[in-house]
Amino acid sequence: MTTLLEAKDVSRAFGGLKALAGCSLNVERGSITGLIGPNGSGKTTLFNVITGYIKADSGSVTFDGKDITNARPNAVFALGIGRTFQMTRIFSRISVVENMLVATQRDESWLRGLTRSKSSKSELDNAMEWLDFVGLARLANLQAGSLSYGQRKLLELAYVLVADPDVILLDEPAGGVNLTLINEIGERIRTLNKSGKTFLIVEHNMEFVMNLCDTVTVMHQGRNLVTGQPEEVRANPLVLDAYLGGGDDDDEEVIEEMTNG
Amino acid sequence: MNSSALIHAIIDGVLTGSVYALMATGLTLVFGVMDIINLAQGILVILGAYLSYTLSVHFGVDLFVGLIFTIPTLFVVGVVIERLFVARLKGPERTAMSILVTYAISLVIEGILNEVYSINQVQLQAWYVNRSFLIFGIYLPYIYLLGFILAAVLLGSLYFMLYRTRFGASIRASLSDQTAAALVGIDTKRVATICFGIGVAVTAAGGMIYGATNAFNASTSYDLISRLLTIIVLGGMGSLGGALVAGILMVMIGDVVAVVWSPIWSSMSFFVVLVIVLSLRPQGLFGKQSARVA
Amino acid sequence: MKQTPWWVLAIVVFTLFPLVVTNPFWTTIAIFTLIYMGCATSWNMFSGYSGYVSLGTAIFYGCGAYTMALISIHSHMPGGAEQFLLVPVGGLVSMVIAVPLGAVALRVRRHTFVVITIAFFFVFQLAAINANFTGGPAGLSLQLIGWQGNSYNTPFYYVALAILVFAVVLSALVRRSRFGLQLLAIRDDEDRALGLGVKVKAVKLTGYTLSAFTVGMMGALYAMFLGQIYPQFVFDPVFDVTVALMAFLGGFGTLLGPLVGGLILESSQQWLTATYSNGSLYLILFGALFLVVVLFMPQGIVVKVKDMWMKRSLKASDDSSIPTPATVTGGAK
Repeated sequence: MTTLLEAKDVSRAFGGLKALAGCSLNVERGSITGLIGPNGSGKTTLFNVITGYIKADSGSVTFDGKDITNARPNAVFALGIGRTFQMTRIFSRISVVENMLVATQRDESWLRGLTRSKSSKSELDNAMEWLDFVGLARLANLQAGSLSYGQRKLLELAYVLVADPDVILLDEPAGGVNLTLINEIGERIRTLNKSGKTFLIVEHNMEFVMNLCDTVTVMHQGRNLVTGQPEEVRANPLVLDAYLGGGDDDDEEVIEEMTNG
Repeated sequence: MNSSALIHAIIDGVLTGSVYALMATGLTLVFGVMDIINLAQGILVILGAYLSYTLSVHFGVDLFVGLIFTIPTLFVVGVVIERLFVARLKGPERTAMSILVTYAISLVIEGILNEVYSINQVQLQAWYVNRSFLIFGIYLPYIYLLGFILAAVLLGSLYFMLYRTRFGASIRASLSDQTAAALVGIDTKRVATICFGIGVAVTAAGGMIYGATNAFNASTSYDLISRLLTIIVLGGMGSLGGALVAGILMVMIGDVVAVVWSPIWSSMSFFVVLVIVLSLRPQGLFGKQSARVA
Repeated sequence: MKQTPWWVLAIVVFTLFPLVVTNPFWTTIAIFTLIYMGCATSWNMFSGYSGYVSLGTAIFYGCGAYTMALISIHSHMPGGAEQFLLVPVGGLVSMVIAVPLGAVALRVRRHTFVVITIAFFFVFQLAAINANFTGGPAGLSLQLIGWQGNSYNTPFYYVALAILVFAVVLSALVRRSRFGLQLLAIRDDEDRALGLGVKVKAVKLTGYTLSAFTVGMMGALYAMFLGQIYPQFVFDPVFDVTVALMAFLGGFGTLLGPLVGGLILESSQQWLTATYSNGSLYLILFGALFLVVVLFMPQGIVVKVKDMWMKRSLKASDDSSIPTPATVTGGAK
């Protein structure tokens, strides 16, 4: 396997707080890579740096051999990196299918947008196909703001997929979602992975991560602590220490899950 | 440029500018805490000036003594406006709607003031308005100095309230993050109402000084509100210190341009400075840079 | 059940109006109403779709008006129909001016954008009052047009109507295009749109510039219609807010909203000022009316009426199931 996405020694401080302190991460082509760590360990910040929403103070990000450090979000997206957000971000006052169409052409000239209609037949079919894939096809004409929380997560996943990115970054896809839907999302990810999509997933639900991912990287205090297969990571005493150091309610559950599982 | 003109610009900037800063602080406070842009601030200043006018002409009350009555009155006016109209604004276009609602309010007040006071311009009168003193070779009416002292005292007590009292702490919490403030148990609704009241109450003092240093009628409010808005944007919206600095800067720049170039262009100069500053620093002089992720 | 579309009816009514009503008192009101409806539609095409509320619309109105006045005066154009050729020129000049303005103003977040447009507006107003080539506060007088009597207004009426139709068609086309979808996405979540490949800067600037075109044309028409312009009337802060009020009153971001808002507000304003010379009473009425609308129908008249209509038709039909959604491509409305 080859490296598709790589972050090297990325640092970023907010005032005095070092959110990232020399963090490195490798995502192999065709893998499902998990990114875990206690709250505040810098997972989401790393996502934001990779996708251009936050600038890195130092370090580099490369994608498919190209340097994309501090590129703008639209440029990153155009290259083929799609992402979702922890707090879902959909366009609430347009319809579900229109949400899909926003992302359809990932690198279309803005002038072209003026002269063409909202969607061509094939784009619309493609959008509906993906909506069908996540099970939202029958809600296509509803205003997106009226969707439930779980449906929003699915919509966000769908409109990232519609642009056909090579790698998809998911920020807590299972957070706040019921068990049936969690399993459903896991299924979808596996299906997509088989068809060649690479995934990088931040998640607190240990079971979800351990079942789904090929490789897991644990972050702690803005650094990558351990990388390995799920079983190796689970067995590593450093990881347990990191979580124990956190002392957060949320994390205690994680520790329980890890030690029991 | 001769040095006396420069001295004049500096003195006028500090004295008059601090009064503008006082009025703009009310505006920026309301924006920072509530995300509301109060376009009625200009006409409320004029309302404050007219209240002082009535008290002094019809009841013979001294302009400064009259503030004991006009400040609480405008505080109540602010609270009523907030409860009746502003608090009802909800949804994603809330800020945009607030601009239009407060504009509509200002039209109503403008109409009423025109009816009551006619459109003839007036100016507040008192001995300290007509008599001048000599400072650095320049004659200046006493009202400029008194106005500055008043503005300084009021700004000082406002800052004291914000930084030294418990209620001030909850206002500042709301200023930096409304959701977080609500989460830690601050009654953000009450904070909003009182903030709006305070934001409007300062126009009583600002209006009195404005009315004593300028001839005014209800339509003067357009010039006022545009100046106040540019001050808070230049300073950085929601920044109290920014409003102070920008208020003083505005008057100084206008005075300097009037001397160096021509008085005709002085009122335009500040807008030009604003445009230049914002193209370099979109968040204003002291504004917070908003991140792309929020 | 196939109904005649609303716009066909509207065009018929508006086309026939000056043939039925020839009294210049009413046709003058009608011309101003058309002008404002066009400007509100145009404003809404950018501000309503993108959520960037501009309060500097009068800049383009004024620039259009001065373009008409300056070119027709300096080229010694005889007063008459050929002046209409300058109407699109006024629009183009406004567009050209909109590019640098938009480039600076659109760098900031939307709340600050409002204030910058106000600042720009005052720069233009003060410049027009103080510069020499604009004639200063005395303004400019255009060549007299020799048209007589009741028919004087008719050509202006139809040109205004044509510009209005152009504005509505443009707004509808934008709403249906990919570009319009991108504007709406920017209104909902600009950063997310950027992250999905929308070139937000270019899209916003294009929208801003396009919306300046119609307003500029209307300004040029206004100058020609009155034959005399004053800086404080073509660069009028009340114009800025009125246009925005019309769109909000009718329905922010909808196609029909600014038309309805413009029709109601401008016709009643013209009528009120013509009937009651008391301007301050008008201010109070106007402000109070708007407050009532905002408090009772914050989404605007069009959306409110639509909702009421939907509820009525739901009640009327015994079948309480949710009506089948419109076809996907028809979701544009």
